[in-house]
Amino acid sequence: MILEVKDIYTAYGLSQILFGVSLKVNAGEVVSLLGRNGAGKTTTLRSIMGLTPPRSGSIKFKGEEIAGKPPYQIARIGIGSVPEDRRIFPDLTVWENLDVAIKSSREGGPSWTMERVFELFPALEPLQNRQGGFLSGGEQQMLTIARALMGNPELLLLDEPSEGLAPVVVSHLGQQISKLREEGMTILLCEQNFRFSLDLSDRLYILEKGEVRYEGSMAEFLKDEDSWRPYLTV
Amino acid sequence: MTLPDPSFLVIQCLNGLTYAMFLFLIASGLSLIFGVLGILNFAHGSLYMLGAYFTHQLVSLFVDTPGQFWWAVIFGSLAVAAIGVIIERFFLRPLYVREELNQLLFTYALVLIFSDFARIIWGTDQFSVSRPAILKGAVDILGQYFPKYNIVIILLGPCIAFLFWFILLHTRWGRMIRAAALDREMLGSLGVNVSRLFTVVFFVGAWMAGLGGALVSPVSAIVPGMDVEVIVNAFIVVVIGGLGSFWGTFLGALIVGQVYALGILVFPRLSLVFIYVLMALVLIIRPWGLLGRPLQKR
Repeated sequence: MILEVKDIYTAYGLSQILFGVSLKVNAGEVVSLLGRNGAGKTTTLRSIMGLTPPRSGSIKFKGEEIAGKPPYQIARIGIGSVPEDRRIFPDLTVWENLDVAIKSSREGGPSWTMERVFELFPALEPLQNRQGGFLSGGEQQMLTIARALMGNPELLLLDEPSEGLAPVVVSHLGQQISKLREEGMTILLCEQNFRFSLDLSDRLYILEKGEVRYEGSMAEFLKDEDSWRPYLTV
Repeated sequence: MTLPDPSFLVIQCLNGLTYAMFLFLIASGLSLIFGVLGILNFAHGSLYMLGAYFTHQLVSLFVDTPGQFWWAVIFGSLAVAAIGVIIERFFLRPLYVREELNQLLFTYALVLIFSDFARIIWGTDQFSVSRPAILKGAVDILGQYFPKYNIVIILLGPCIAFLFWFILLHTRWGRMIRAAALDREMLGSLGVNVSRLFTVVFFVGAWMAGLGGALVSPVSAIVPGMDVEVIVNAFIVVVIGGLGSFWGTFLGALIVGQVYALGILVFPRLSLVFIYVLMALVLIIRPWGLLGRPLQKR
């Protein structure tokens, strides 16, 4: 098991968002976190990343407790973050966006280079000198994933990668994520777009009002899909 | 009104240019700290004042050492930078999460504290530091004398500007600093220790203020109140040039320096007024400054 989240409670100021969320991700798995807008998906990822540390509960990464550590340390031990809204640095060029994210490879961990990243996202290569703010939504999304890869993560947190993208761009992005998966990348994927995560994921969790309502494999879930439908659509 | 002698006009332009280089040193540190940390540091002028007093103190300490002035400049400005690091680490850091008013009140409190501190230690006397031996004397420009020291300052300014521009644009540290200015949380999620980066930026900004104070000591009197005078002018520079814009600060400093120097020739009593009028005009026409950009919601 690479990630184990146990019974976390997270709040923004006085508003409590997560009420005892627990989830597990095994190495090499793609796990989806589904649920409506406001169900607590982003907060779960922010808790793992240390951006909004949980008030209680435990988060273990490769057996090490990371709850309460600052985000930069969590990133350094091997978690890559692809946040909602992409958050690329708009004034920095594509190359610079990737450069600031470079971290030396940990022993036994993956080692990404600009060349390898451009192999995965060939569309980015000719745009190296363009400022991030002048990229299209799909290009920005690729850049965010590429940027996270430059830190040689062993676990990638993807928050709503398909949001706001045209259907053809979404399917292209799906192919690239499954390529990452084939290379053995472990991914925790938050989505509102159920169809997008369907093909990619091994297992899934459904969140509602800050609690896990369902957990199981994709195959099991599909047998009983209709009864869970209300938790997924707006 | 009689027209001034053209050669005198040239000299006055050069004086304005000298003043502009000091303003640039101070204002670029102020702008850098604001751009990256989001802190408007009122105490930036106090750091400049400390730089001048420290240099005065060290020059008298190193009196028998060759190159005493330069040693005083180096150690004096570094001491100011060290004070900056203490301010950032222990006092400002807990305030980043608070609202801006708290930060402003704190840096304003520092202005009062440092000003009293200077008065207690150095009193209200006026000090001056003599120019370094190799730069004593003046050169003849169109029949007028212009101090060698000021020429060095005029040449030093663009060098420092170019160095900083190069670091910001073409080094990894520079890229990190620009990224931190845009989205510090994201940069942290990418594994960069943003707290440490903030300390480095504050160190550099404080050092520039200290260096400005150290280098100005042979040109201008070291007196209580020089802190407030310089911070007001530095704010005007960044307002005119555009807060957070590097070349805007350089341009703003050049403009303020010239307006000040030439304004004295025309209406000596109103020389300060011209600068405020200019700032008001810029604020009306381009509220984000000449080379700045309109604020965007993040």
